[in-house]
Amino acid sequence: MPRLAPPPYPRRVPLIATQSLTKKYNARVTALDDLTVTVEPGVIGLVGANGAGKSTLIKILLGLLPPTSGQARVFGLDPTVDTAAVRARVGYMPEHDCLPPDLSAAEFVTHLGRISGLPRTAARERASEALRHVGLYEERYRQIGGYSTGMKQRVKLAQALVHDPDLLLLDEPTNGLDPAGRDAMLGLIHRIGTEFGISVVVCSHLLGEVERICDSLVAIDGGRLLRSAQLSAMTTATDVLVVEVSEGMAELARRLADLGIQARQDGRLLLVALESDDTYDRILAAVAELDLPLHRLDQRRHHVAELFRTPAAQGAQVGGSASEAAHVR
Amino acid sequence: MSVDSVIHDIGYQRYTGPRLGRGYAFRSLFLHGLRTAYGLGRPAKAKIFPWSVATIVAAVAVVLTAIRAQTGEQVLSYVQYTEQMGLMAILYVAIVAPELVSRDLRSGVLPLYFTRALSATDYALAKLGALVCAVWLLLGGPQLIMFFGGAFGTDDGAKGVWNEFVDLLAGQVYAGIHAVVFASLALLVASLTGKRAFAAGGIVAAYLMTLPIVGILSVTDSQAARDLAGVVSPAGLVQGVGQWFFDTDAIEVGDYGPVYGVVAVAFVAGCATLLLGRYRKVATR
Repeated sequence: MPRLAPPPYPRRVPLIATQSLTKKYNARVTALDDLTVTVEPGVIGLVGANGAGKSTLIKILLGLLPPTSGQARVFGLDPTVDTAAVRARVGYMPEHDCLPPDLSAAEFVTHLGRISGLPRTAARERASEALRHVGLYEERYRQIGGYSTGMKQRVKLAQALVHDPDLLLLDEPTNGLDPAGRDAMLGLIHRIGTEFGISVVVCSHLLGEVERICDSLVAIDGGRLLRSAQLSAMTTATDVLVVEVSEGMAELARRLADLGIQARQDGRLLLVALESDDTYDRILAAVAELDLPLHRLDQRRHHVAELFRTPAAQGAQVGGSASEAAHVR
Repeated sequence: MSVDSVIHDIGYQRYTGPRLGRGYAFRSLFLHGLRTAYGLGRPAKAKIFPWSVATIVAAVAVVLTAIRAQTGEQVLSYVQYTEQMGLMAILYVAIVAPELVSRDLRSGVLPLYFTRALSATDYALAKLGALVCAVWLLLGGPQLIMFFGGAFGTDDGAKGVWNEFVDLLAGQVYAGIHAVVFASLALLVASLTGKRAFAAGGIVAAYLMTLPIVGILSVTDSQAARDLAGVVSPAGLVQGVGQWFFDTDAIEVGDYGPVYGVVAVAFVAGCATLLLGRYRKVATR
């Protein structure tokens, strides 16, 4: 009997797609408001202020909450209908504490691996692997209660990774970490996204943090889509130099203007577009010439901030660096 | 280094093995709960309480068996033994039910379950099943000691062993009734709070607070009120069912045995329904 062969390649579906997604908790609280966005595989930053609707979006994508109206698709599947199929391919790291203090990391991650459907031996092996990848191999038989915040965040990441998902949803993964811990966690997430072949959605209220590791960004505010863009398209954009001098800022700005370098003042900072390699040297020369006390001179990419330039008023609320960019034109 | 040398990939490996479904996840959580109930896979501190209770209950069974072997006199039948150990079972669920559910509420681990294959209903039922089994093992396990003692000591050959077995079966059923009633109430109370001490207090209170009412009712003039006194307390309810089924003579139920049976079933169903409702609410947070 002739059978219809399946198409040789599955039709390419976006990683996440939402269509007029709206979630109202009651008559007054609207967490998501007509959100339409399409996200391609990669490392995706989901940024927004606290209460912007990031967690609600994640819960809908996991099938924990039904949308009030509109629809969401993950791997082309509807999470409220094909909940099990979606969850088998998604790993979730919640924002809040979610670890039992009296179990060892190995025991706990193995247990959750089994809840995800891994047979006993496979769960144990994958738990060890996941803990090794997050850098907790040596300590894995110690009770979680004795771990530092950084180690706990790593266990939370390991449990999201244990069943080898195709997509990780990480809710504020750098919460409570010191600067070194943040860098380590972001590095780890970047590695997962690039080397492991797992797409990652990183939620954060700190734009400056996620922009370092993301391929694309989705910004939401008040439940509405602010901007969604691929970062790769912007990599050629000029970078920004931040100059801080403790006095004589106006003087320096004038001097730079004479040299043909456009500088904009932003509070106590001067922002200069980095057009060529010698811009550094010319600024340093100008500072030395005027004999000003230089506090800092460093480079900052502005393409992310650029995303949030429109609408400017809302963009300024999203992250610290957004306000800087508004001045750099 | 030769050309043939192999580069061992220690990078990330994708998982290609089988992924089992919801039933397997349910069984895994059930087994995990049963192990937790006896402190297995957990630090030594967590083993002290369940194993001391189990030791006491088992010790009583050993003593009863020894007395019977020496004197031939059966001090307590399987059913009576279960009844006498009822208090230990209450103590046990008061400590273990909070370990099973309050801990999870406190540590915030529930979202990790509910974003996997398990639903809130699965979670509640797996935990309830685990506690029921744990209590049943606590009360039913030591009866095996009594059974082997009795069966080997019998003078009536196979018929004696068979009689012994029928008695054991009654004891096991009664242990099961204890387990279902005590576990469902204890788990419901424990699921209301993340603080284990509060939960344990609440569970004990649920058993103790109703006792005065039973006491007052059982000294009234009305025979019906005396017969039905046990219904208002979980422990009395179980004893009433025991009286109806096995004639334990623990309390008087008159002709109201079936009432105890119906109330017990309704009580367990009610507790389970409330427990499921509670977790459906927790899951959407």
